[in-house]
Amino acid sequence: MNIIVVGLSHKTASVEIREKAAFSPNQIEKPLAELIKLEGIIEGVIVSTCNRVEIYATTRDIAGGIARIKRFMAEFHHLPFEALEPHLYSYHAEAAIRHVFRVASSLDSMVVGEPQILGQIKTSYGYAAEFKSSGIILNRFLHKAFSVAKRVRTETKIASSAVSVAFAAVELAKKILGDLSDKTVMLIGAGEMCELAAKHFLNSGAKGVMVTNRTFERAERLADEFSGEAVPFETFIEHLHRADIVLSSTGAPHCIIGPKDAVDVIKRRRFKPIFFIDIAVPRDIDPRVDDVEHAYLFTVDHLQDIVQANLAQRSLEAEKAEEIIDQEIGQFHKWLSTLEVTPTIVALRNRFDEIRRAEVEKTIAAWKDLPPDAEKRLESLTMAIMNKLLHAPTSTLKQSGQGGRVDLYVDALRQLFELEALQRDTEELELEE
Amino acid sequence: MTHLFFILTVALYSGATIAYLACLQRTSPTLTRWAARLLSAGFSAHLLSTIHLASKLKYLPLTNTQESLSFFSLVIIGCFIIFERKYKVTTLGSFIVPVGLMMLLASSSLHDKVHQLHPVLQSNWFWFHALVAFASYACFTIAAGVAVMYLMQRYFLKKKHFGGLFQKLPSLETMDEISYRCLTIGFPLLTVAIISGSIWSEKAVGSYWIWDPKQTWSLIIWIIYAALLHGRLTIGWRGKRAAILSIIGFIVVLFTFLAMKHSITW
Repeated sequence: MNIIVVGLSHKTASVEIREKAAFSPNQIEKPLAELIKLEGIIEGVIVSTCNRVEIYATTRDIAGGIARIKRFMAEFHHLPFEALEPHLYSYHAEAAIRHVFRVASSLDSMVVGEPQILGQIKTSYGYAAEFKSSGIILNRFLHKAFSVAKRVRTETKIASSAVSVAFAAVELAKKILGDLSDKTVMLIGAGEMCELAAKHFLNSGAKGVMVTNRTFERAERLADEFSGEAVPFETFIEHLHRADIVLSSTGAPHCIIGPKDAVDVIKRRRFKPIFFIDIAVPRDIDPRVDDVEHAYLFTVDHLQDIVQANLAQRSLEAEKAEEIIDQEIGQFHKWLSTLEVTPTIVALRNRFDEIRRAEVEKTIAAWKDLPPDAEKRLESLTMAIMNKLLHAPTSTLKQSGQGGRVDLYVDALRQLFELEALQRDTEELELEE
Repeated sequence: MTHLFFILTVALYSGATIAYLACLQRTSPTLTRWAARLLSAGFSAHLLSTIHLASKLKYLPLTNTQESLSFFSLVIIGCFIIFERKYKVTTLGSFIVPVGLMMLLASSSLHDKVHQLHPVLQSNWFWFHALVAFASYACFTIAAGVAVMYLMQRYFLKKKHFGGLFQKLPSLETMDEISYRCLTIGFPLLTVAIISGSIWSEKAVGSYWIWDPKQTWSLIIWIIYAALLHGRLTIGWRGKRAAILSIIGFIVVLFTFLAMKHSITW
């Protein structure tokens, strides 16, 4: 049995194409049903997000299966096959497993490490399970992919670092102020970046916002938006001590907060630390403010440094993630190969034969006055019983070479007769939460 | 038996030290879990070894430097385990566990004679005094460890070094909170230790305060931490100044502990 993947992503297709090839989650039942009706396709899952459209399927005929799924994608969306085909990639066997593990672990994402993709695959799998288009192999395969993604997330820092300036500011604030839930943000001036950062701070639990601006109306408008408090620009220094985080981006030609202001503010705050972010050019906050004990001043350049470092860190972490995936592929591939029909029949036969021989030997050993031809007769008697017993299951297995049932049978046989795959199974079940 | 437990303890603490130091390098929940497990196992072995020794000697093993160092290490590790559970700060272990291990190794390198228990030590006041003093010292050790971490993190923030260690260290606020908590537990314990110590002194030599070096230095320690706590409560002393004072306090504690003997017993 083979796993195949056919799809397109942000790496191979533009938005226009991705839009056209996307499957709407509201009407996913129809394509799923059509997919598993394709000749040679046994199970199927459709993943469709704004950055990728992929079909995971199982088949016995790799080349035929891939070709039919490619045609299906074009025909279902009424797209000319020649236009779609160049954007499609396809994988089979180990490469297919690797691809899906990487996608689920967000290694193939536009922003590596972004966390949404795993949820999107889970949802897609949910539909496939609901409409019964996935079977024993894809079920286990996707559960494995989820557990691999979980391992990658917990064992590497791939998803934990900030890759935007606004988010880096929040992370930095947490390093100084700890929990942000009782902290207040002050916005001085209005800039897009300032507002964005303020939103991030509020999302991270900051308690309140103060806004000040040369034009008081603008301050009021912005304060309304954040359900905060507007402060007159002339006297904002008087309110500074109430803020734990100060974001400044005015168009002022010279500094509006100097080291002396900072010293006063720190005293009024009883030496609790205060975090300044200066986004303005030219600067709003005198660089000497950073020399004041308990005042921590950062500029956009510093935040940019953090983002750069985090991006570099991410690619390092991605390497670690690839190692994890390498380990897991081996395991899964092993399980998949046990589902082959012929080795299973051989294994089953061997198992029966083992028992038969042991019993024959036991009988002969305990038999006094053994007639000369008894051994031969016993041998042929037990062989005949064994062959009769095995005949029906063997021919059923061989004849159900097509269709999803065979994998179910094989897996059941392996478990019922303890055909050397037991250890892997319990381990696998643990992973499936 | 005691010896066996002791060797086991050293092995487990060494493992825990390596694991905690490795935690500074890599992020791995498995590693963190194992570090904590090794340490808990080490602590259990240490506790058993101490209990075994105590039952053999028929008194708590803290009457000479060798015994006291081992006991100090036991209390520090115990104290750290409690703080780690509460504040989830693995990094603290990278600073505290090596200290515990070093004390234990120093203790094992000493071979103090186990002498007959001096008659003046056969007082419940002495045992109470010693236990409380060790508990307060352990709190101050944790506070000093956090202070070192605080100064490092402050340095990174001021110099804009956003490296791996910066990511690993907890926030300034968290460290401030832990050090304040250590102080508010350690200082009352120290006060109780000094009072019970002077009661014991009265029972032993007939005077509450005899100005022996140990008592004098204990008073100096008390004054340092009183100043620290007072500054914190009245004008909100924290950060760099508090951290430095906390480290000085610990150095004085260590000096007093190692260099000053009770004139009563020795």
